[in-house]
Amino acid sequence: MDSAAKSYLKIENLVKKFGDFTALRDISLDVHEGEFVCFLGPSGCGKTTLLRAIAGLDIQTHGRIEQDGKDISTLPPAERDFGIVFQSYALFPNLSVERNIAYGLENRKLPRLEIETRVGELLDLVSLRDQGKKYPAQLSGGQQQRVALARAMATSPGLLLLDEPLSALDARVRVHLRGEIKDLQRRLGVTTIMVTHDQEEALTMADRIVVMNHGVIDQVGTPQEIYGAPATSFVADFIGSMNFIPGLVAEKNRVKVGGFALDCDTRGFSDGDAITVAIRPEDINAQDMEHDDNVVDAEIVHLQFLGSFYRAELGGTAFSGHEVEANFSVNLVRRKNIDIGSKLPIRLPSRHIQLYPPFEG
Amino acid sequence: MADTIQAAQAAQRAVVRPKISRDDWIMRSIMVVIGVFLLVAVLLPLYTMMSKSVEDKGGGFIGLANFSEYFSTPALFNSAFNSLSISITTTIIILIVTFIYAYALTRTCMPFKWFFKVVAVVPLLTPSLLGGISLIYWFGNQGVLKELLLGEKIYGPIGITMGSAYWVFPHALMIVITALSITDARLYEASDSLRASKLKTFFTVTIPGCKYGLISAGFVVFTLIFTDFGVPKVVGGNYNMLATDIYKQVIGQQNFQMGAVVSVVLLVPAVIAFSVDRIVQRKQIALLSARAVPYTPKPSRGRDLSMLAFCSVIAIIIIAMIGMAQYAALVTFWPYNLEFSLANYDFDVMDGGGWEAFWNSIEMALYTALFGTIIVFSGAYLMEKGRGFTTGRSILHMVAITPLAVPGMVLGLAYIFFFNHPDNPLHFIYGTMTILVVATIVHFYTVSHLTAVTALKQMDPEFESVSASLKTPFYKTFARVTVPVCLPAVFDISIYLFLNAMTTVSAVVFLYASDTTLASVAVLNMDDAGDVAPAAAMAMMIAYTCAAMRIAHVVLTRGIARKTQAWRHQ
Ligand SMILES: Nc1ncnc2c1ncn2[C@@H]1O[C@H](COP(=O)(O)OP(=O)(O)OP(=O)(O)O)[C@@H](O)[C@H]1O
Ligand SMILES: [Mg+2]
Repeated sequence: MDSAAKSYLKIENLVKKFGDFTALRDISLDVHEGEFVCFLGPSGCGKTTLLRAIAGLDIQTHGRIEQDGKDISTLPPAERDFGIVFQSYALFPNLSVERNIAYGLENRKLPRLEIETRVGELLDLVSLRDQGKKYPAQLSGGQQQRVALARAMATSPGLLLLDEPLSALDARVRVHLRGEIKDLQRRLGVTTIMVTHDQEEALTMADRIVVMNHGVIDQVGTPQEIYGAPATSFVADFIGSMNFIPGLVAEKNRVKVGGFALDCDTRGFSDGDAITVAIRPEDINAQDMEHDDNVVDAEIVHLQFLGSFYRAELGGTAFSGHEVEANFSVNLVRRKNIDIGSKLPIRLPSRHIQLYPPFEG
Repeated sequence: MADTIQAAQAAQRAVVRPKISRDDWIMRSIMVVIGVFLLVAVLLPLYTMMSKSVEDKGGGFIGLANFSEYFSTPALFNSAFNSLSISITTTIIILIVTFIYAYALTRTCMPFKWFFKVVAVVPLLTPSLLGGISLIYWFGNQGVLKELLLGEKIYGPIGITMGSAYWVFPHALMIVITALSITDARLYEASDSLRASKLKTFFTVTIPGCKYGLISAGFVVFTLIFTDFGVPKVVGGNYNMLATDIYKQVIGQQNFQMGAVVSVVLLVPAVIAFSVDRIVQRKQIALLSARAVPYTPKPSRGRDLSMLAFCSVIAIIIIAMIGMAQYAALVTFWPYNLEFSLANYDFDVMDGGGWEAFWNSIEMALYTALFGTIIVFSGAYLMEKGRGFTTGRSILHMVAITPLAVPGMVLGLAYIFFFNHPDNPLHFIYGTMTILVVATIVHFYTVSHLTAVTALKQMDPEFESVSASLKTPFYKTFARVTVPVCLPAVFDISIYLFLNAMTTVSAVVFLYASDTTLASVAVLNMDDAGDVAPAAAMAMMIAYTCAAMRIAHVVLTRGIARKTQAWRHQ
């Protein structure tokens, strides 16, 4: 998504308080037209609160929201333009699938025939053509989820809001539906915000991810940016796995970790600053030693087979007692005959190293 | 430039005032209407009554003078002691009996459970007066089993205790059964695996598991007996109780101030019992929320048979009570002419209201069920599902649970003070059917309200959100989804209101007029006039009506369950 794209939803300095407790602190965010954005963060960080503020279900304490150029900050949900799917789906149990989907259309006083045609289209869209007469309780979880999606899309809203739509489903259905929802969103081109605490879901579905922590946004970026260059140690830790090793800035572009010195970008820090050095296990390298930067000697303390790769726990003087994990391919382990107790040189490529302020405590 | 930045910052800091939508306006207006109803029908009358208790006959403020007069008149003060001792004794008896009966129904493999469940409901179908009337036929001066009392008289504490125990039994039983049904089977498995003895398991698992239920039942039963008027009126003889005192002060001596004082004295323990019960129930709910595995009893011959024997004795007593009332109603002239006839059903030739009273009762019960259900359910819906307006909603909820703490007699008296005041613009409803319906709805508001709230809490909280996002007004979703899904609870509320409207005496006894006499009041008046057999016959008319309604309710509920099972269950 190029940054020149038109902004569709503009959130400015949003604050939400529940009594003394501040659930959202000064949130600002732009969502582009047609974009798929995920709110990602641990439980209780305020994702749902932000989504409900956008929907007008729990209006913010301070701040502004603009949708499609119109200030909607104070409007009740019924005067905003969105469709919503809840974690529970909230399907009306006493209405058939068709009547559920037609619910929003019937209120618009459209002719019967038009409603029927539209419901048919929507059933096709979510591949439930032959299930229209059933009641929600007679459908599987995945099917119910798709009915909820069809109902939300029936009135062709400009904004689709999804609150953990997949979390009630079992793992296989979830993976399958990820693809379907993403596909449907791309075909319809509807601007979509999805709340999730599942990083894999966010990484595979989103155009951009908004990582939240304790009511603030830590980082906004594409999945690649978020994963490759986490802006804070929280983001680094929350998404994927990450090794953290305490250290010091020795000089410009050089840091000291234990007894070792590593090359890396030290922008934003001055000489002598305490720092945390972070690198992902899969970025630690045990081959290509022709680049001789940041090579250290390590010892395999522990080796765990995880199917497609090995997770190695590295020890050795370089890490001064901090255990560091690395992923080695099955092939590499076999070729180099790596086992517990093996000693080998490994490389921490400087472009994969991130520096953060030291952890508190 | 700086100004605009400052202005912008100020705007950001300003608290957002949500626009109030059309839905919100409608909801708030209805809430205000219901709020005004509760204010006029609950709070203002109670306030008027309390202020009457600190006034002299002329309406001047005299502080606590009435109270000191009350407490220095031994005859009056004794009633408080009598009420207390009878209530405590009966509560203890009933708790023991109820616990064993409920234990037999939930924790054993006793045969004929369905029969014992049905029999236990019987006392709910009649006014509390009926128990008293039956006791007179069994143990009264010309009673069949008079000798069993060994010379003691049934008129007095013995009769009041027995009659009270009879009619409060089902009330206590429902609470204790619920408490026993929620105990977690896993606790018993754990206890078994620790090789705990049966007795030890009973005292470490069974009793703690239902202690809140027992405490709650205790307080409910205590309040019911303490504030009941029917039983002591019929078999109390010269033994005075608080509730009969109010009646005597007001109806007999027209001493309204002293009636108000006695009402306040009656209100205090009722409010205390009510508050304790609320606290205890909250704890019980905490127990409930754990994911319990239901307990399935295993057969044990000795235990099952002794339980069968115990329950049979209780069932026989219940059947004997209602059976005697029926028998006495059909007998031509007890005890001299035991031939059957319908003479006692010829109400029109007696004082007390005649058949018109019966039809009035049905009319009153139907109105109460209809309007009561509408008000209670819509009120509960708005309090539970409304958006914003939080303070207003929680105040309404508090007012809605107040009536449970108010004894019927106190409510009735409060209504006289409030509505009979010539300056009250609502004075015109005094002496009409309307005031009877309003008083009855209010009297039984709380339990209906809590039933509605429980049903509504089980609905997905996001139905209203979805409906708003689809731009459908809330009342359409209320009609198309909420009411159909909650239909069983709606019927439960209606039947509850109907049955209670048919059998209640305490609130309405102060409020009926000559053309709005009710069947239950007719029972009272005929008994008072010495026409005990016709009183029994009228009480039985109420019983038939209530039984028929209950059967209709069961059939209707089953029918709905069958029609809607496609969507109600997986
Ligand atoms: N109505 C409310 N009253 C008080 N506090 C609330 C309310 N709603 C949410 N909160 C608090 O606000 C914080 C954020 O809640 P929110 O539901 O937005 O979290 P979330 O990120 O969606 O978490 P989850 O992944 O568990 O759904 C939590 O600490 C929560 O306890
Ligand atoms: Mg959430």
